[in-house]
Amino acid sequence: MASELKLTFPIADLDALRELRAGQKLRIDGTVIGIRDATQIAMFDRGERPRMDLSGSVLIHTAPNVRKLGPGSYEKVCIGTTTSARMNRFTRGLMEQYSVRAIIGKGGLLADSLPVLREFGGVYLAITGGAAALETTQIEEIEDVEFEELMPECLWKFRVKDFGPLTVAMDAHGVSLYESIKARAEAKLEELAAKM
Amino acid sequence: MPAMTAPDTVYAAVEEAAKQTYIRALKILPPDLKEALLRAQAGETDPTGKGFLDIMVENIGVAERDDNLVCQDTGTVVFWLEVGEECPLNLARVTAAVKKGTERATLEHPLRANAVHPVTRLNTLTNTGRHLPVMHYEFVPGSDLKLNCLPKGSGSENMSFLKMFVPADGVGAVKRYVLECIVDAGPKPCPPTIVGVGLGGTADLCAALAKKAVLRPLGTHSDDPVIAAIEDELYAAANELGIGPMGLGGSTTVLGVHIEYAHTHITQNPVAVNLQCWAARRSSAVITPQGEVTYGF
Repeated sequence: MASELKLTFPIADLDALRELRAGQKLRIDGTVIGIRDATQIAMFDRGERPRMDLSGSVLIHTAPNVRKLGPGSYEKVCIGTTTSARMNRFTRGLMEQYSVRAIIGKGGLLADSLPVLREFGGVYLAITGGAAALETTQIEEIEDVEFEELMPECLWKFRVKDFGPLTVAMDAHGVSLYESIKARAEAKLEELAAKM
Repeated sequence: MPAMTAPDTVYAAVEEAAKQTYIRALKILPPDLKEALLRAQAGETDPTGKGFLDIMVENIGVAERDDNLVCQDTGTVVFWLEVGEECPLNLARVTAAVKKGTERATLEHPLRANAVHPVTRLNTLTNTGRHLPVMHYEFVPGSDLKLNCLPKGSGSENMSFLKMFVPADGVGAVKRYVLECIVDAGPKPCPPTIVGVGLGGTADLCAALAKKAVLRPLGTHSDDPVIAAIEDELYAAANELGIGPMGLGGSTTVLGVHIEYAHTHITQNPVAVNLQCWAARRSSAVITPQGEVTYGF
């Protein structure tokens, strides 16, 4: 396996992630956009378009603990990553309408997101769920926030440094590490149950 | 014999203890859990799985060093109260004090607010609300009150299961079901998990027993040897599934399988599974009738 990569977001070349392969480890500098269930329901089901430009961005599935400093101004308290599968149905909209190319989460998107990743050259990046104290140290600042009425499920703009480690768990070539592990576990379950 | 009563200061101590146990649970993981993760880290042979366990162990240290939360999900707050049979406290006032302590923790720390109306999705902003925090009560010998706080993360709580088996299904079907739940949940509950199993009772009691099983420290067994043997069997089997840390492969899929049981109806055999993520937050406070508080896990 290739050694750890460093990527800076947003990316200008929307095709830049297409050659990443499942299993690749990486870290991120630059900007990461926090998004969650309620944010995406607002964007896609109610058609509320954010003013932030999401083109070439990497998203992270999160709803942070924050301290309010003033109007539209927040300080980080504890920021970590939530389960991605709940938000699976928004993958196409994010890539097609907003030109998002990478999503950081935990637990994976579902298999039906793989053709979308292939079509747009997108990747899903797995982080260690529950490791929020560490993640918080890699976030330098909350630079912007939208949809504050959805607190804590706003659209957040974080400036990050050495954010990770992340693993490409789903790539643009139809590979999901989750699917092969699931198939193996299902086969093993039959073998174990037969002995019980 | 005159009825025993407790002074108002004791209820203030209960409120403060509820606030502190909630915050402590979010920041300091119990020693039994830390030891289990260290053992898993030493024994994990899959390099990807080992990498995730390394980050989990590092994160626990960062949380303690920075006085920060282990995980950003401040959970649905569950309190399991052990009430001494001789405890002089009024349980209605205790319940109100625990709710108030939960609100104060949320606003004063501040903590992320998670409690929303199930239809309007409006957030109460206090982590309390209708029937929240979840409160369970049980009676134990003695005169103290013990608060056990379990802030339950949604990633693992969403991986909850209940099935009403019938006697003809046999125990084999029960065991298979527990493993099926672990496979179905896959990467989503942040494995390695603690598998809480409720067995018997009614549907509602069975689900509550599964939650009580999650609260049990790792390394403990059921006091019923028949049940304890099934705990061991399922623990070994689950770790052969290969799901691994964060569901990306490895030999560490579960840290423990705990079963709490109740007698049930001749026609039925309910099984509930409540998964608990690796960041298994649990904290306790013992409050004496005089209002002295001792914190633990």
